[in-house]
Amino acid sequence: MKQYVLKRLLNIIPIMLVVSIIVFMFIHLIPGDPARIVAGQKATLEEIEIMREKLGLNDPYIVQYKNFMVGVFSGNWGTSIKSNLPVWNVIVPRIKPTLILAIFSIIWSVVAGISMGVISAIKRGKLIDYIVMVGATSGISVPLFWLGLMLMQIFSVKLGWFPTTGVDSFSSYVLPSITLGAGITAMIARYTRSSMIEILKENYIRTSRAKGLHEFMVINKHALRNSLVDVITIVGLQFGFLLAGSVLVETVFAIPGLGRLLIDSILFRDYTVVQTVLLIFTFQFIIINLIVDVLYGIANPKIRYE
Amino acid sequence: MKEIQYEDFKIESPFREFSRKFLKKKSAVISLAFLVFLLILVVFQPTPYDISAIDYDNILCEPNSDHLFGTDEYGRDVLSRIITGTRISLSVAIIAVTIGAIIGSILGIIAGYYGGLLESLIMRSCDVLFSFPGLLLAIGIVAIIGPGLTNVVIAISIYGIPTFTRIIRSSTLSIKELLYIEASKSIGVSDMRLLFKHIFPGTLPSLIVSYTMRMGTAIISAASLSFLGFGASPKNPDWGAMLSTGRDYIGVAPHMLFYPGLMIFLTVLAFNLLGDGLRDTLDPKLD
Repeated sequence: MKQYVLKRLLNIIPIMLVVSIIVFMFIHLIPGDPARIVAGQKATLEEIEIMREKLGLNDPYIVQYKNFMVGVFSGNWGTSIKSNLPVWNVIVPRIKPTLILAIFSIIWSVVAGISMGVISAIKRGKLIDYIVMVGATSGISVPLFWLGLMLMQIFSVKLGWFPTTGVDSFSSYVLPSITLGAGITAMIARYTRSSMIEILKENYIRTSRAKGLHEFMVINKHALRNSLVDVITIVGLQFGFLLAGSVLVETVFAIPGLGRLLIDSILFRDYTVVQTVLLIFTFQFIIINLIVDVLYGIANPKIRYE
Repeated sequence: MKEIQYEDFKIESPFREFSRKFLKKKSAVISLAFLVFLLILVVFQPTPYDISAIDYDNILCEPNSDHLFGTDEYGRDVLSRIITGTRISLSVAIIAVTIGAIIGSILGIIAGYYGGLLESLIMRSCDVLFSFPGLLLAIGIVAIIGPGLTNVVIAISIYGIPTFTRIIRSSTLSIKELLYIEASKSIGVSDMRLLFKHIFPGTLPSLIVSYTMRMGTAIISAASLSFLGFGASPKNPDWGAMLSTGRDYIGVAPHMLFYPGLMIFLTVLAFNLLGDGLRDTLDPKLD
């Protein structure tokens, strides 16, 4: 097991390195002189030169990269171009709304997705299976932001049950989490269904039925428990995508989270913030994938030796 | 004496077999019909109104017999704009997915066939591209190269490359082991010929399925980028851009939001269902 974890760890280090270099190069890849962009359009040549020195753009790339990474790990993320505040101060208050949104979405989609998948698998070929599967395929095909806008139109504008935008109270998160979780619910439902269908064919399920075990126990204790191994993998992988999906949902519902911050910063050309947010998004994704891999290895010893 | 009747054994042509199996998938057939219908819209553009004709007497009209899908903030006909938008949205998706598929397949075949350092290099690069979750890669690319429809196409093409590379690599790996490849090799067929004439056709089933599925993703991605303000300018009747404008009128003219979004949804659904159907008929082994 230790070896497996070590192997996975060694695997992701080069990837994180390359990703961080790409994100670091971001400000150099944008057409135009970064110092000019940071100093603003009206800056004089002298001001631009001062800015260049301040940003360390005269240093060799390797030194700049080293400073960038040291900054990333010590919390010194530079200064926001737009607000002139430290990037840390800009980003930290944005983490909470995004995290709440992601957690709510994952909770409801796990509960709804697994139940839908199990029901669908038990009632395979019946009307309810058909309805659930049509719903699941629709959930994967629907554009997130449109679903959000439609929910907002019906439940906020027409019925007035929830606030349209902002994060003033708990109820502000209801529609955004439903929106963000819809695709994942669909995905979980599909995976649970196919995994349950496979497991229900197994001999030990027939045995438990033959020995007179109640059907409820057969499904929940024997079948579902084994199919959860696959489902957990899907859930874990989707959690990484959730934060990316928050970009759209936060835009629709005007939630002041990380996703919205990323879009605003790109539109305002606030590249220091863009860099940091991109790095946060990618690193969390890579790390979550690693955790999922390791958990999967614990749950299913077979794959450790591949 | 009664004549002995011989049963007639016929080997079905691959195309026949395919159509027989495919026609059984009702949802896939309906989806295909819907996509053909969209193609007709794209080619003939049967718009009832001029898409840029401004009509200040009919601003934000609800759907009625004159304007089936209502009008927008300039009194322009929403139905006509959606029909024109079909052309933009579908061409963006087709161009982007095709570019991604071509580059991705070439890389995938090379990685799968040659293996070794080349394979590690290609596959690790894919891992790097995959570490940008979801749309973030496309957003990042657009942030660097700037907004606009062409740049959206570039971003979505790059976004699609690693998916195709992985799929084509894994099917190349399994084809490589087949006997006819060994036979071709032993009679001295050149690498190029082997790759394009013998291995590539074998990867086609997986390529067709992922191409179809990817079309849905590309349409949603393009619409999302337009919605976020990185794609088509709001002047263009792109579906995503229409939704972005419609958002400001959510209280007064919900039809401006409903119909363009519904078109995106139905089109993506059609591509996904068609992809599901194709997968079941072409390549039942695929996950």
